Amino acid sequence: MGSGHGHRLHYHGHSPLHRAPAHLKLVGLLGFALVVVLTPREWYAVYAGYLAVLLVAVRISRVPPTYLLKRMVVEVPFVVFAVLVPFVATGPRVDVLGLSLSEPGLVAAFGLLAKGTLGVLASLLLAATTEPADLLAGLERLHAPELLVQIMGFMIRYLDVVTGELGRMLVAMRSRGVDPRSPRHWPVLARTLGALFVRSFERGERVHLAMLSRGYTGRMPR
Amino acid sequence: MTPVLDVRGLAYAYPDGHAALRGVDLHVHAGERVALLGPNGAGKTTLVLHLNGIHTPESGTVAVSGLPVEKEHLAEIRRRVGIVFQDPDDQLFMGSVRDDVAFGPANLGLRGEALEQRVLEALDQVGMADFRDRPPHHLSFGQRRRVAVATVLAMRPEILVLDEPSSNLDPASRRELADILRGLDVTVLMVTHDLPYALELCPRAVVLSEGRVVADGATYDVLTDDALMRAHRLELPFGFDPRVTGRPTGPESAPPAG
Ligand SMILES: Nc1ncnc2c1ncn2[C@@H]1O[C@H](COP(=O)(O)OP(=O)(O)OP(=O)(O)O)[C@@H](O)[C@H]1O
Ligand SMILES: [Mg+2]
Repeated sequence: MGSGHGHRLHYHGHSPLHRAPAHLKLVGLLGFALVVVLTPREWYAVYAGYLAVLLVAVRISRVPPTYLLKRMVVEVPFVVFAVLVPFVATGPRVDVLGLSLSEPGLVAAFGLLAKGTLGVLASLLLAATTEPADLLAGLERLHAPELLVQIMGFMIRYLDVVTGELGRMLVAMRSRGVDPRSPRHWPVLARTLGALFVRSFERGERVHLAMLSRGYTGRMPR
Repeated sequence: MTPVLDVRGLAYAYPDGHAALRGVDLHVHAGERVALLGPNGAGKTTLVLHLNGIHTPESGTVAVSGLPVEKEHLAEIRRRVGIVFQDPDDQLFMGSVRDDVAFGPANLGLRGEALEQRVLEALDQVGMADFRDRPPHHLSFGQRRRVAVATVLAMRPEILVLDEPSSNLDPASRRELADILRGLDVTVLMVTHDLPYALELCPRAVVLSEGRVVADGATYDVLTDDALMRAHRLELPFGFDPRVTGRPTGPESAPPAG
């Protein structure tokens, strides 16, 4: 069942950034993201400034840059989309390396990429320097809705259990000659995910029973 | 004396119409350790879920130390009856062992120093006090099972109900859990398929089959009744023969009358 290792996003350390109170970091991230999103796309130098700030923060945190880079793959679908924009967008065209690209498209693509990358990098840095439990406590201190914080807590708690369950189901499939990576077997994979959903749902019911059995009445004790 | 557990004529069918319990009578007195045996699908877990009001009986009654299991008493019933579920991952849902053990007593209204005291005491009883700051999902299965027992002990239950406590434990963890259970000063009802475990820990055994109690007596007598065992799909594991092991001795091995 559960695995012996910590959270995949968290990088253990004792830097000032690791030690900073979680709610301050959360507010910092929120503020940063807001400012980045509101900055006009054409202010290229300002974006370079944002990146510099982030890189300094990474430096202070002593999280290896490669550790963050590897986890930035979540951004890939986003990047693909951004790269397509200059090809399909309308407006005046410019020639870049022999390709005819839309000029407003290029600007839009830059905006998407710059804002996306900065946001993802900042979020990863927060996740790398903050334990999930501290993050939840931080959210609580910021008066995030209690139910929301509870749900996120359960998500973190059962992430390992559910991924472990999925892992075992995939092993069982492979042992019976199904290759989850081959498109031919995707229907089987879809059914497996369905089963995983049902199992997770039933687990949720059992957890709820266990909570009721210990006097839970709908509010977390505090 | 009022029995800790008083089940009379309990019948229950699941919403899909399957009759899981068909008139169960069971009395457990203070200080007893009783094994609840029976084949897969006999209704053992269903019975357990009636003991603290998770399921509502179709007919019949359940009372805990004289208090009927009814809606208006649920909070007190759930304090009196401590259920340890089969899968510790269902039972341990908080971020740390301490928070998890504190969940029950905090729901009872304990706070601050008293709560901390209660948590440490329960963790001490199962030998897990050193793990109080760890997240439960980073513990081994046997450790999680022990913490699950502690979460329930922290509520100071009058009766501890365990659903297959020895399942998935390695032999050493299984024995350690037996030592813990034997050392507790609490009434125990233990659902199990592990017949040697039942003989070792519980002087008295009740056999449930197809929703009915078909035997109730000294565990040694139940396990050595070949006809009964065969009729209800109960089989001794290879190499285990209670007749060779002998009738367990000691002051607690004689089932109390009643
Ligand atoms: N949620 C449910 N809906 C419908 N029928 C159920 C449900 N849960 C259990 N049953 C049925 O009720 C009967 C008793 O089930 P129960 O889980 O109480 O058995 P058990 O004695 O605990 O078995 P095991 O030893 O396998 O744990 C079984 O026939 C089972 O199929
Ligand atoms: Mg069962």
